[in-house]
Amino acid sequence: MSETPVDAEDVEHVAELARVDLDAEEVDAFTAQFAEILEYFEALDEVPEVESEADLVNVMRSDEVRASLSQEEALGNAAETEDGFFKGPRVS
Amino acid sequence: MSLNAFITEETIEGDGDGPLADMTVAVKDNISTEGVRTTCGSAMLETYVPPYDATVVERLKGAGATIIGKANMDEFGMGGTTETSAYGATKNPVDEGHVPGGSSGGSAAAVAAGEADLALGSDTGGSVRNPAAFCGVVGIKPTYGLVSRYGLVAYANSLEQIGPIARNVEDAAALLDVISGPDPRDSTTRFDVGGEGSGAAATADDTHPATDSEYAAAADGDVDSTTIGVVTDLLDGADDRVVERFEAAIDDLRAQGAETVDVSLESVEHAVQAYYVIAMSEASSNLARFDGVRYGKSGGYEGNWNDAFASAREEGFGEEVKRRILLGTFALSAGYHDKYYKKAQDARAWVKHDFDDAFERADVLATPTMPVLPPALGESLDDPLQLYLMDANTVPVNLANLPAISVPAGEADGLPVGLQLIGPKFGEEAIIRAASAVEN
Repeated sequence: MSETPVDAEDVEHVAELARVDLDAEEVDAFTAQFAEILEYFEALDEVPEVESEADLVNVMRSDEVRASLSQEEALGNAAETEDGFFKGPRVS
Repeated sequence: MSLNAFITEETIEGDGDGPLADMTVAVKDNISTEGVRTTCGSAMLETYVPPYDATVVERLKGAGATIIGKANMDEFGMGGTTETSAYGATKNPVDEGHVPGGSSGGSAAAVAAGEADLALGSDTGGSVRNPAAFCGVVGIKPTYGLVSRYGLVAYANSLEQIGPIARNVEDAAALLDVISGPDPRDSTTRFDVGGEGSGAAATADDTHPATDSEYAAAADGDVDSTTIGVVTDLLDGADDRVVERFEAAIDDLRAQGAETVDVSLESVEHAVQAYYVIAMSEASSNLARFDGVRYGKSGGYEGNWNDAFASAREEGFGEEVKRRILLGTFALSAGYHDKYYKKAQDARAWVKHDFDDAFERADVLATPTMPVLPPALGESLDDPLQLYLMDANTVPVNLANLPAISVPAGEADGLPVGLQLIGPKFGEEAIIRAASAVEN
């Protein structure tokens, strides 16, 4: 059996962390599927620790003012805007 | 359109002359096109119109190509059949009862059906090679860093590359010639930073591997004295009909003067698990941007900020996208990070080591691209884990950042089989050369 049992509460908790609402049917389906998928992921326990040499290096550029989107273009896909700003839902 | 290969059909003219002046191109709908809707196959982005072009789109236009539309795809690239698209499934032109593969299924189907000469897809765990194999066309997944990802809507950044799809190896390679090269807007394509004290403006283009490469010219069909390593681990789980076509293609290359050796990669047994943990984790972070405020399906809901986001995301995302965001969130959450994400990174490093060892003995490696024939439409949607296992032969390549090509290797039961050739880092010319011999 999996060392990572999953119940509906776990699925709902993760959904809340991820800001995705689920209906009851989705919670049921995901609970069963997650148990199966996480059990499959258990095989990663057999993987030895592996030394990995970083073949990537930091890439810098100088901090210079460059042409960019206009404010109007940047707002073009927003459902709601006000006075040249994005408008979002209430914070409280 | 009966195949449903396109989500949006709109023509974008190229800039006159150039190497692709008489060519039509289908562009996967997760690649940004200025002024032309880019949905990523998601209801979330049904009305999203990018204000800028992806670098690869600028290069297509500069090469004179005519873009004829935005190709259908699994939602945000999450799927292997193009059935998770919010805009309906695409049919396989070879046999319309079957899936075209995915996630770049619209791109491959358009090319296979002759609706486009060429196409761009993106490959995070096989999404160019899989549909190329299932539709009987050629697809290339370039080495990580060969092609700019600027303007590609991110799913799992550390794994994905944009790649070409065409009806033959030379055309795919010619498209790679156009799209590859350094881009100041994608730091992973920059090769001017190796030395001490670098950090100057990115102008040293001559050090990028694409600069001195001629991919189309490499399609010369000459495999004489090339050593091909057959990855035995990836033959065991494959459908017998696929293995039969694979063996026949290898026999044919041997008859043309290639040598073959058996190669075993012990680590690939853990590649699918590692791939999904890493891809889902990156997806959970990348897709956090879709909150319906700056773009995408809006909340506009009553209630607080978090409730509005959660409702917009419930409505805008399909089931597979939700599944991957949630599993990725879980894998990164407190108490599970070391168990899943860290072990997956170990597995990724192990896979890289295994490939390095294999390339000590062989010039290129060969596997069937897909272990199965194209499933029937609707056949595989209910069991996500079974779908993930279909990626066994393609995901090791993304984990190791390597280049690979899928080239048609005949048909079994009237359905296409693809041969995958994997090269060492930036060894695109070697795999293009070997793949062109498969066409002889």
